Amino acid sequence: MTTPARNDVNICVATKNGSGSASANAILFKSIFKMGIPCSAKNLFPSNIEGLPTWYFIRASQDGYQCRKDAIDVMVIFNDATELQDVHKVRAGGIVIHDDSKPLRAELRRAGVQYIGVPAGNLVREHIKQPQLREKQRNMVYVGALARLFGIPRGTIEAVLKDTFGNKPAVIESNLLAIDLGYKHIEATGATQSVAQLAELPGGNDGKIMIEGNAACALGAIFGGAAVVAWYPITPSSSLVEEMIARIEEYRVDEHGHRRYTILQAEDELASATMVVGAGWVGARSMTATAGPGLSLMQETIGLAYFAEVPGVFIVVQRGGPSTGLPTRTQQADISLMHQGSHGDTRHIVLIPHDMRSAFELTWKSFDLAERFQCPVFVAMDLDLGMNLYSSKPFEYPDKPFDRGKLLGVKELEAQGGKFRRYFDLDGDGIPQRTIPGTDHPAAAYFARGSGHDSDARYSEDAKVYKEQLDRLRRKYETARKWVPEPIVENGSRSGVGVISFGSSMESTREARDRLRAAGLPTDHLLLRALPLAPEVGTFVADHKEIYVVEQNRDGQMTQILRDEFPKHADRFRPVLVYDGVPIAAGQIVSLINSQRGT
Amino acid sequence: MSELARQTQEAANRLNLTKKDYVGAESTLCRGCGHDAITASIIQACFDISLDPKRVIKLSGIGCSSKTTNYFMNQSFGFNSVHGRMAALAVGAQLANHTLVPIGVSGDGDTASIGLGNFGHMIRRNIRICYICENNGVYGLTKGQFSATADRGTRAKKGWINPWDAIDLAAFAITLGATFVARSFSGDRKQLAPLLEAALQHKGTAVLDVLSPCVTFNDHEGSTKSLKSIRANRDALNEVEFMLPEPTDIHVDYAEGTDARVRMHDGGVVTLHKIKDHDPRDRTAALLTLERGRKEGKFMTGLIYVNENEPDLAEVENLGEVPLSFLGEKELRPSREALDRINASLMQ
Repeated sequence: MTTPARNDVNICVATKNGSGSASANAILFKSIFKMGIPCSAKNLFPSNIEGLPTWYFIRASQDGYQCRKDAIDVMVIFNDATELQDVHKVRAGGIVIHDDSKPLRAELRRAGVQYIGVPAGNLVREHIKQPQLREKQRNMVYVGALARLFGIPRGTIEAVLKDTFGNKPAVIESNLLAIDLGYKHIEATGATQSVAQLAELPGGNDGKIMIEGNAACALGAIFGGAAVVAWYPITPSSSLVEEMIARIEEYRVDEHGHRRYTILQAEDELASATMVVGAGWVGARSMTATAGPGLSLMQETIGLAYFAEVPGVFIVVQRGGPSTGLPTRTQQADISLMHQGSHGDTRHIVLIPHDMRSAFELTWKSFDLAERFQCPVFVAMDLDLGMNLYSSKPFEYPDKPFDRGKLLGVKELEAQGGKFRRYFDLDGDGIPQRTIPGTDHPAAAYFARGSGHDSDARYSEDAKVYKEQLDRLRRKYETARKWVPEPIVENGSRSGVGVISFGSSMESTREARDRLRAAGLPTDHLLLRALPLAPEVGTFVADHKEIYVVEQNRDGQMTQILRDEFPKHADRFRPVLVYDGVPIAAGQIVSLINSQRGT
Repeated sequence: MSELARQTQEAANRLNLTKKDYVGAESTLCRGCGHDAITASIIQACFDISLDPKRVIKLSGIGCSSKTTNYFMNQSFGFNSVHGRMAALAVGAQLANHTLVPIGVSGDGDTASIGLGNFGHMIRRNIRICYICENNGVYGLTKGQFSATADRGTRAKKGWINPWDAIDLAAFAITLGATFVARSFSGDRKQLAPLLEAALQHKGTAVLDVLSPCVTFNDHEGSTKSLKSIRANRDALNEVEFMLPEPTDIHVDYAEGTDARVRMHDGGVVTLHKIKDHDPRDRTAALLTLERGRKEGKFMTGLIYVNENEPDLAEVENLGEVPLSFLGEKELRPSREALDRINASLMQ
């Protein structure tokens, strides 16, 4: 018998959605977190309300990796419809937990895998009086069984139940009853396993918060001063705005009971994007949150905001595309659309969070950048970051006051003698001055438009004037390179091999690099946090002859941007592409890098 | 003396502004375009009610009509946006600053076709806006395709026959809960300017469906409004007919309760009926009036429906006195302590 791995296990729970498994899984996950063990959870769910397969991954990782782990150590097969596939997903030497209320089908038997039965169906039928609760509580039974098998103290689970259902003692009691059924069954049968053991790390998660990325963005938006939110529900972004709705009132109601915000559910994304632009033009910090199909609908208005130079924040929680694609799976395949959204020549600022703290930080920063550069600013989230729970250091309070850029009020207009040229490059940085409606000064008004215009906002079809404006917009984009969050660079491997990652691929890349290093290939790393590419990216590219770009899309969208920016070094970039909709795992990165190196 | 020069000599209004303060850039529309007549009425109405140009925002989408926001009130902010999206733009603008007075100018393509959805939802939300649809039943800027307000059976300049019924924007607006719906004719300044004044002061969505002849893209035979068909029916008609030489503006002046037959530049004829003894607060009556007009082939004009008791969007959204656009960091960014509390609540 091998020694059980300490605090290192990947458990996958296969259930049907709508069966109450989400609640059971959350209790299990939070209990491990409460033990002080670094852990993360991922939900692989269907685009459906009830009855379709769903898989929940809980990973305890002594090394603190929060990405998906390729190998599944423990599989709970609680969904008849998928059990045959599910048993084959467990690694050799792993464990299958099954409901042995009825005998295990012969075809589910695999050699080299340990089977542990829990008669959850029978147990709830015997012990849960209310028939309508039985299916739900059947899930709590495997929580109890896993707790007993892997060493989660019963007291910890009870504490989590109290945290979760604090004011509902009856709910706590009924859940605990079901959990005990599983716990005591394992105890009574004497079943044991040697795959992994969870052991409390007192204080291990002290001072850590647990949150989903969408909620982190929602908080970032509130602290960024979002005042007008226009949205249209779409998976996986809806929970972002719903989190704002749940939280914002606490901070944004004035002494007369009036709101200092508004969150409006629009009729479609054509409208939500245009509302953002209408509000941004008038001067309120405005935003929307959407996903691929919504982003597609917004394209025309995004071009308007770019050309008329209107601030607005667009948070895009990427999912599997194209078209409806895989609405409940993750991807990083809208990078091109964000970066070069809308027809004509456009280039947009895209901020790319990679963890909970940066989701908060880059979201509040996006409002400053939108006003500074007077343009749409995208926050590129994805489903993996947005809808899964992560543990994180606490959020840091914004270290900079609001930056409203070159916004002129009455005082500033007076100071420059009432002279104001809306689209004139006064400072050579491509960024013009801006005024907002309601400014009580005769020189404030200007006419915004998506059609050709001159430096004074007058309609123009003049070739020279038009080109001047296009060139100035490009200049503005160049200026942005020094304003957007710089990449985070780790050098020093001296191998000449670099890895570039961004967003939710970062964590898997970290684990992959650790594995590569252990196997004799140390690498340098650059975490991209924004487009346009900051100057530091150029240095990194110049310093590395072999650069792997880790992306969750088919076409290497970021690789294309890099090759376009560094044509002389285009052949240095080697895309590492994972695009099946399942969060990228370190093993995939390692094998794709190894296969490209011929090792 | 030019019209502009004559106007500038006129008296100042309550804000001590003259009409000159309400004019805009020179129109680049076709000479005689009905839209220019509407622009003149807008200038008149804004001047008459002493509307502060600094409080006005001019919004539009795409099309000939949408260009006109540039032709009045130079001292106001304007935004010529994208096709069909002006209504949504207005909603966003109102949320950001509900103390502004939006004047939205749109056309039948912008409003009744590509923007119908956003137009309808703007109405539902009862945002404050004076929304003018300069309705000519044709796409002018793309040279003469049908719009959704073109009559069924009418023939386009390109020879196509329109197989679809026209969308009645006034009926549509009332059905969706518009709180102010009026109709008029571009050349009837006597009726249009007062309607605009009322619309500009209405606290909610005011929709003005204004028939506005296109001088260029309906000049052909085969339209339901063709000269031939009017001549054939002339004897049966006893309304005043306005025959005006092209390409000047078409003007009408007719009494309540009577009809006006207006020959458009294209040779077509529209029968206007100025409604009388109509209770505009009665929604059912308003819809019946429009239906009667449809049956009789008349474009019913006047204030068709008004309801001053519905809350507007800003009220529903419970916005305070200071617009969101003028709130700063102090009002918008929660405190450091607030973030500490949030962090603590996320530690389980």
